[in-house]
Amino acid sequence: MSEVVSFKLSVRQSTGHSNCGVLTAFSAASASVRRGPGAESLTGPGLGKMIHSLFLINCSGDIFLEKHWKSVVSQSVCDYFFEAQEKAADVENVPPVISTPHHYLISIYRDKLFFVSVIQTEVPPLFVIEFLHRVADTFQDYFGECSEAAIKDNVVIVYELLEEMLDNGFPLATESNILKELIKPPTILRSVVNSITGSSNVGDTLPTGQLSNIPWRRAGVKYTNNEAYFDVVEEIDAIIDKSGSTVFAEIQGVIDACIKLSGMPDLSLSFMNPRLLDDVSFHPCIRFKRWESERVLSFIPPDGNFRLISYRVSSQNLVAIPVYVKHSISFKENSSCGRFDVTIGPKQNMGKTIEGVTVTVHMPKVVLNMNLTPTQGSYTFDPVTKVLTWDVGKITPQKLPSLKGLVNLQSGAPKPEENPSLNIQFKIQQLAISGLKVNRLDMYGEKYKPFKGVKYVTKAGKFQVRT
Amino acid sequence: MSSNSFAYNEQSGGGEATELGQEATSTISPSGAFGLFSSDLKKNEDLKQMLESNKDSAKLDAMKRIVGMIAKGKNASELFPAVVKNVASKNIEIKKLVYVYLVRYAEEQQDLALLSISTFQRALKDPNQLIRASALRVLSSIRVPIIVPIMMLAIKEAAADLSPYVRKNAAHAIQKLYSLDPEQKEMLIEVIEKLLKDKSILVAGSVVMAFEEVCPDRIDLIHKNYRKLCNLLVDVEEWGQVVIIHMLTRYARTQFVSPWREDDGLEDNEKSFYDSDDEQKEKTDKRKKPYTMDPDHRLLIRNTKPLLQSRNAAVVMAVAQLYWHISPKSEAGIISKSLVRLLRSNREVQYIVLQNIATMSIQRKGMFEPYLKSFYVRSTDPTMIKTLKLEILTNLANEANISTLLREFQTYVKSQDKQFAAATIQTIGRCATNISEVTDTCLSGLVCLLSNRDEIVVAESVVVIKKLLQMQPAQHGEIIKHMAKLLDSITVPVARASILWLIGENCERVPKIAPDVLRKMAKSFTSEDDLVKLQILNLGAKLYLTNSKQTKLLTQYILNLGKYDQNYDIRDRTRFIRQLIVPNEKSGALSKYAKKIFLAQKPAPLLESPFKDRDHFQLGTLSHTLNAKAAGYLELSNWPEVAPDPSVRNVEVIDLAKEWTPAGKAKNENPTKKFYSESEEEEDSSDSSSDSGSESGSESGEEDEEGDSSEDSSEDSSSEPESESGHQSDTENRRAAKRNSKTKGKGDSKDGKKENEKSKTSDSSNAESSSVEESSSDSESESESESESESRKVTKEKEKKAKQDRNRLATDASLLDLDDFNPVSTPVALPTPALSPSLIADLEGLNLSTSSSVISVSTPVFVPMKTHVLLHRMSGKGLAAHYSFPRQPCIFGDKMVSVQITLNNTTDKKIENIHIREKKLPIGMQMHVFNPIESLEPEGSITVSMGIDFCDSTQTASFQLCTKDDCFSVNIQPPVGELLLPVAMSEKDFKKEQGMLTGMNETSATIITAPQNFPPSVILQKVINVANAGVVPSGQDNIHRSSSKSLERPDASVS
Repeated sequence: MSEVVSFKLSVRQSTGHSNCGVLTAFSAASASVRRGPGAESLTGPGLGKMIHSLFLINCSGDIFLEKHWKSVVSQSVCDYFFEAQEKAADVENVPPVISTPHHYLISIYRDKLFFVSVIQTEVPPLFVIEFLHRVADTFQDYFGECSEAAIKDNVVIVYELLEEMLDNGFPLATESNILKELIKPPTILRSVVNSITGSSNVGDTLPTGQLSNIPWRRAGVKYTNNEAYFDVVEEIDAIIDKSGSTVFAEIQGVIDACIKLSGMPDLSLSFMNPRLLDDVSFHPCIRFKRWESERVLSFIPPDGNFRLISYRVSSQNLVAIPVYVKHSISFKENSSCGRFDVTIGPKQNMGKTIEGVTVTVHMPKVVLNMNLTPTQGSYTFDPVTKVLTWDVGKITPQKLPSLKGLVNLQSGAPKPEENPSLNIQFKIQQLAISGLKVNRLDMYGEKYKPFKGVKYVTKAGKFQVRT
Repeated sequence: MSSNSFAYNEQSGGGEATELGQEATSTISPSGAFGLFSSDLKKNEDLKQMLESNKDSAKLDAMKRIVGMIAKGKNASELFPAVVKNVASKNIEIKKLVYVYLVRYAEEQQDLALLSISTFQRALKDPNQLIRASALRVLSSIRVPIIVPIMMLAIKEAAADLSPYVRKNAAHAIQKLYSLDPEQKEMLIEVIEKLLKDKSILVAGSVVMAFEEVCPDRIDLIHKNYRKLCNLLVDVEEWGQVVIIHMLTRYARTQFVSPWREDDGLEDNEKSFYDSDDEQKEKTDKRKKPYTMDPDHRLLIRNTKPLLQSRNAAVVMAVAQLYWHISPKSEAGIISKSLVRLLRSNREVQYIVLQNIATMSIQRKGMFEPYLKSFYVRSTDPTMIKTLKLEILTNLANEANISTLLREFQTYVKSQDKQFAAATIQTIGRCATNISEVTDTCLSGLVCLLSNRDEIVVAESVVVIKKLLQMQPAQHGEIIKHMAKLLDSITVPVARASILWLIGENCERVPKIAPDVLRKMAKSFTSEDDLVKLQILNLGAKLYLTNSKQTKLLTQYILNLGKYDQNYDIRDRTRFIRQLIVPNEKSGALSKYAKKIFLAQKPAPLLESPFKDRDHFQLGTLSHTLNAKAAGYLELSNWPEVAPDPSVRNVEVIDLAKEWTPAGKAKNENPTKKFYSESEEEEDSSDSSSDSGSESGSESGEEDEEGDSSEDSSEDSSSEPESESGHQSDTENRRAAKRNSKTKGKGDSKDGKKENEKSKTSDSSNAESSSVEESSSDSESESESESESESRKVTKEKEKKAKQDRNRLATDASLLDLDDFNPVSTPVALPTPALSPSLIADLEGLNLSTSSSVISVSTPVFVPMKTHVLLHRMSGKGLAAHYSFPRQPCIFGDKMVSVQITLNNTTDKKIENIHIREKKLPIGMQMHVFNPIESLEPEGSITVSMGIDFCDSTQTASFQLCTKDDCFSVNIQPPVGELLLPVAMSEKDFKKEQGMLTGMNETSATIITAPQNFPPSVILQKVINVANAGVVPSGQDNIHRSSSKSLERPDASVS
């Protein structure tokens, strides 16, 4: 009898041990819920759904801003978060959802800041996560950066924004066009004007967008130069294996727009080859039905910069991989050095130049230092993080760039099991690797002739070469 | 402010933190440099002075600093009296900051907070809707129990506000009041019920949120609004969409029968599919009625589909879970593509989505198999993402792809992230057990890993091999020997324990090695980990039983060591084992069975996915993520065996019937009479000052209705979702218009305009119906198909549409209209056809109350002959009722709208005692009922009139229409246009009035188009068709004005 018991015990412990922090966090979560029938009774009827409080925490663990939409939740609730953060070791590994005896914490990590929201009852976690990202986007939009300093400098605007974005924990106005009418973004000029005239940053009429069916656009937009620019940006996600064959590759693209048009323009954007787009997600302004029936993007654009669509190119199409890498990385047994030799070259680049090439390698922990010579560009090796970065620049087919040299290992330590993988970044201007082409842009509803422009860029997304 | 909350701040170091620690009990915590206690007080004095100064700029500065303090979590409650004084400040920024402060501290300073209440009460009546809304917001956010009655009153008022923005805020306030005082539940439910009927997309999300919060069990409130919500969904803002979709998922699970035919469980993998082919046939045979999906069920599934394309991950996930939980399994496949797309998003979204995919992939492998490669792990992924991807890969593994996967796993095992490598080894173990073809390959692969350099990898392999061997009690002596050797080198306790257990279990297969291992372990016993010690004891006991000759002494030695161990578990175990295996006089009956006990066949552990047990949680919920029921989680009920009565969702039966009949049927009905009725209208409109139509109503019959309804549906562009009816009637219109052109020479404009209208209709109809529409339009002439394509470019929004079509349609875009005529498709089909206009000239008696003297009510310019169905004969057991608005002042009261009700007896029996009962009217509404009708002969009809005071809102008046035997619930909802009264005024007066009315009820749009497209009369016709308005003579040709007053407030509309 006891035998069986003991065995089960060991199994349970072994799973607990073997799985990563996420799973242990789950067990902790379920434990804490089990622990608290008290929590159930506390969150009786009407304690309110959705987001209860928000804490902004910087990397060193200071809570530098708090905002409560319902009754105040003590900062001490963040201790659970710090606990989880400590356990996770790496910021990237802090579980986004943490359960505490009386609350749930849902957090995001953006620009070296943690946005920790306090939840009391059931809510779709993605709802909160999306919202928090939207908050961060708004800060970015208002202050140019989403950093501790920017938020601290503009704490009043931040507070006003949060007040407008959420009512009783439920999102109220999240469209940046509406927010900008309610609370004007800070500019030096405006602050000067305000201090003289005594006018305020806060609008006193309801933004027109709030009531209309096009909440993303404000009324009465006026420009002297009417322009509409579209950037088609495609990223290649790929995993290339040791032998150079493609394990996985796909193209993800976005069309970012910068629209500065007066009045209420109604645009339609058509493609030469719309069938390429396999899976698309739209800005709310796009009329879904026209896309369904005609594959034309028809929309009344928001004012300013926004992401029109993001898409994935159907997986049937073979993805052209524009670069190849020749590599030989070896660590000698029982010796404290190894060899490193990487050459990079163009392939299937449709006659365009590949530029902005960078190679990043996370070297094994036993690597002490690297002594390399690049034929082109420059390299750095950080002995603390063990990250090797080689800034190559432009690839010219005549003379392929390479990086060669010796690797110094910690003496006595066993040689690394695996060669590190190479993360490659590059950029190709004037090319959409999928072959997507914009056919034309038509504007209805306004009389003037806008200036139109389309730019194509192909970039490496998560482009990884295993060695 | 709780002082302990600052505790951890100390770790941040710096002067501020220490200071906070010291002064946590004091009321103020100063910032930065001013560390002295005295200076804090001074500083606050300073703030107080600034707040009391006359200058707004000083006040603003002070408020900004105070908000800064709040943001940092410092206590500023001391300043309450000084701050609250500024609540009535004219400066909107100061006001807003004061609001921020109030909401934060009112709970703590309830008495003082009451000082501010009157300001809010005043602001609630402000003409600016933003101010009304924000006053309500703050008032309801002040958590002071005393003001509950005031809040209740404010919410009720705001719920009937003309501005949808204010109504939205009222919906939010409901939740706040409910959390403050749950006692108010019943009253709040009434408000929710009312707001649920609201057609504004702005309100929909918020009121459903309130519904979920206050009364999620009152599913009956949803019935009547179900179709409306389904149709509004696409246009609701994204956050509202999430809430509505979750609610509708729950609703669907209670109201429809399961669309999952084959089996009642969720199991759907291919195996069962092939195996149970015959069974399925049997099952289907058994089921006499083939499953047909409720059209409402289909409506929901279809209307959520476009939202899979949303940029908002939460919306996509909400739709995915809806498809997962309520759509037929064959259709759920479309969600996988969208979910995979979300994996490009940030790590938090990835984390949640992967979790949900993990749960799905256990049950329906096929869904995600095509996307296998999207779950390949990158070395740069955070560990938690890697682990989840691995989990999914394991779930997706099958005979076909396992070799590819194993190759992939090989790379992972070598990963520098050892935690991840260990997880991969576990995964390989699971694949080995799940797919018997590769068990041996996996095992040998794992054995190879035993010689890995990294200890964690080796230890994990040992543990997994142990499990695999246990499942396959075949001869694996070699592996066990190999592992026994490992004991010398490996130090990880779990691995050591596993090896010992394995040797103990198989001690008879490795008779030479086992005793030797025990010898070695006896030597190191004291220095081992507790886990290992227990296994040493077990090994000893097993060997003692099988091979006591060689191991007796060793075991006794170990038992002695264990007896004095520090750990009580080990002491316990020792005592237990000794009693059981060492024979002595005390040993009981059990010791005879010692061998059976220790060497029993042990069940093999099941290597299961940690996501196995998550499927009982609704996907996409917090509870699912935590794998534990979160507070407030609402269970998803099982499908009902028999669907509850679907007719509860019927808003108007006739529309339902129309909605689902195939196209074409209505076309045949195209009547010859149409021509006349149409031309009559033309006359009416062209002769705008004429006495309005005077023909009697009830006889005009269905043909008229047809024409009018089409006119109407295109008119206010709130076309039905199915648009069949709308479209067909448009076609009719066109034909009628052509006929008109022959007779009147007005054809061009009319035709063009109809096209325009048509485009609107088609645009706001949904995708499916548009195909119907296209096919039908193919038959039209070429010019029409041209305009058809043009029409596709047309927007949903009314104003833009008009402009873009380069046609002229003056649009009255007042708030009212946006609210009620917005082109959102609704299943609540537009009230249909009617009759009986009548002539009323004498309106002098009307009390115009506050309105200025220039406004005098005039006769209706036009009376539409449109009736609306009140009670369909099918649902009324033969009694049919229609209502119409005769646009005449009501004789029962000034504020009432007169309504004519025509009752028809379609049965062959006499219907007796028809009367009205149980009026359920929203607050403030009044109704004057007709006198009971004693009897109604078969095929007879009778027209009665009644008056309803709608309180200037478009809220529905619900009541029961009763006969001797039955009661039928019916309701009347007035179109906004019917709430108005036409007034006569000069152009000058009009302008004056218009000037006074600017503000919240005003939205203006000027539309400039080629005049030749429309004669003025057509525009006028359009306007008066929807609204009971008078015409103002205009000096300019291209500006048309019409005027009307609402029953309670003066009002004007411009066109």
